[in-house]
Amino acid sequence: MPGFGLSLGTTLVYLSLIVLVPLAGLVWKSASLSGHEFARAVLSPRALAAYRLSFGASAIAASINLLFGVVIAWVLARYRFPGRALVDALVDLPFALPTAVAGIALTALYAENGWLGQYLEPHGFKVAFAPAGVVVAMIFVGLPFVVRTVQPVLVDLDVHMEEAAATLGASRLTTLRRVILPAVMPAASTGFALAFARAVGEYGSVVFISGNMPGKTEIVPLLIVTKLEQFDYAGATAIALVMLLASFALLFVINALQKRLER
Amino acid sequence: MTDPRPLRWLLIGLALAFLTLFVGLPVISVFVEAFRNGAGAYWAAVSDPDTISAIKLTLLTAGISVPLNVIFGIAASWVISKYRFPGKSTLLTLIDLPFSVSPVIAGLIFVLLLGARGVFGPWVEAHDLHIIFAPPGIILATTFITFPFVAREVLPIMQELGSDEEEQALTLGARGWQILLKVTLPKVRWGILYGVILCNARAMGEFGAVSVVSGHIRGQTNTVPLQVEILYNEYNLSGAFAVASILTILALATLVAKKLIEMRIKTR
Repeated sequence: MPGFGLSLGTTLVYLSLIVLVPLAGLVWKSASLSGHEFARAVLSPRALAAYRLSFGASAIAASINLLFGVVIAWVLARYRFPGRALVDALVDLPFALPTAVAGIALTALYAENGWLGQYLEPHGFKVAFAPAGVVVAMIFVGLPFVVRTVQPVLVDLDVHMEEAAATLGASRLTTLRRVILPAVMPAASTGFALAFARAVGEYGSVVFISGNMPGKTEIVPLLIVTKLEQFDYAGATAIALVMLLASFALLFVINALQKRLER
Repeated sequence: MTDPRPLRWLLIGLALAFLTLFVGLPVISVFVEAFRNGAGAYWAAVSDPDTISAIKLTLLTAGISVPLNVIFGIAASWVISKYRFPGKSTLLTLIDLPFSVSPVIAGLIFVLLLGARGVFGPWVEAHDLHIIFAPPGIILATTFITFPFVAREVLPIMQELGSDEEEQALTLGARGWQILLKVTLPKVRWGILYGVILCNARAMGEFGAVSVVSGHIRGQTNTVPLQVEILYNEYNLSGAFAVASILTILALATLVAKKLIEMRIKTR
């Protein structure tokens, strides 16, 4: 087939210009920092608090998405009910809705006088401008991942296997534990990792609802932006490099999980 | 095997409650808040000159980054689906890379590369170019963020449909360009459209990356999502939600178009 040189050339040049060279620039810039400078930025108490919040909230949000994502995938794959098509379309909304819109909408809902906040705050559940708000925003952005990885597996899963298990005397619970869960596990863990990775990097939806208090509700991406706005380029670069390495590690895990899924 | 009825209703109820809470309510609240001060205030916010110029910049940004990613997506899908070569799986991973980079970092890398104190900063300044804190920076950051979208949708379709027709065209004496334009592109056109729609939604809605490179100059370097943020931070809530409702309508239209194309692909 003709066109190998041209298509490979176009792909590589464009990939280099838009992705590889800019990313290399970050590594290049951080190489010019002294070890002391780097450690001071990366290990400052403020940065450590931000890592804790970003990774902790992402883990909680991804776990909640794992649980409800499997339920939603099950309902969509197995049941027929009125409004099913609408539910199926709603799942993709977080992919399509700009994060800034999600951010201000969630903040309005959970604020002190919001539709949900007015019932939650008197009972001591502060969501907006608190760590819980960060989790809520991360649940929103990560919601489609588990559903969309698990749903096709459940659709393909041979119902005859479940029937066979039942005929052989397995209870519904045993079938779930021995037949369904093992089949769903690889997809579910891939979905979890994707939702987690997305939540760790998320910025737009979180900054509105979190309140952005340093050390309390400041996520890592916001800390990078703050450093940049204060012209602390060295600090921003160092923390960004840590985040970049974390996301590459996650990408590696996700790739390995997906390979297992495809087998 | 069917689940018992109570279990079925319990699970459907749980799924509906979760989706209503986290997806349905936020969308409804956008429109309610947007019209809180009446249709007049809504129209005033939407037709404000700053909003109009933000819409223009958003259209310009998507108008450049989406076609660039379409050309790249077709080239990358072609090279990956039609040939065997060493490093192919590495190439696939690299194409996906922007998906796993935080939007903030996507903006930062262009500041570090082309900003006043960046790697190429002196060169950019010597040529009197305005990239960072100007529309070109916004377009670059958006192109980075939306980089994999078209390739990701077109590649699997090209792989699935195979190369038999292309090879027949080749034996009949067609040239490379003719094969691409007359055989391959018509075959994958729904996949391209699908990718364009997803790519466009993300390009128009991108916030984090654009926020870092834009400089927030009103009427000049504000895209629609940034305009939402500015109005919100000025406590002009109904204005912020009015502008946000434009983006919400875009998101809903994207989902409808996506569903229609999925049905179209399925029926064939």
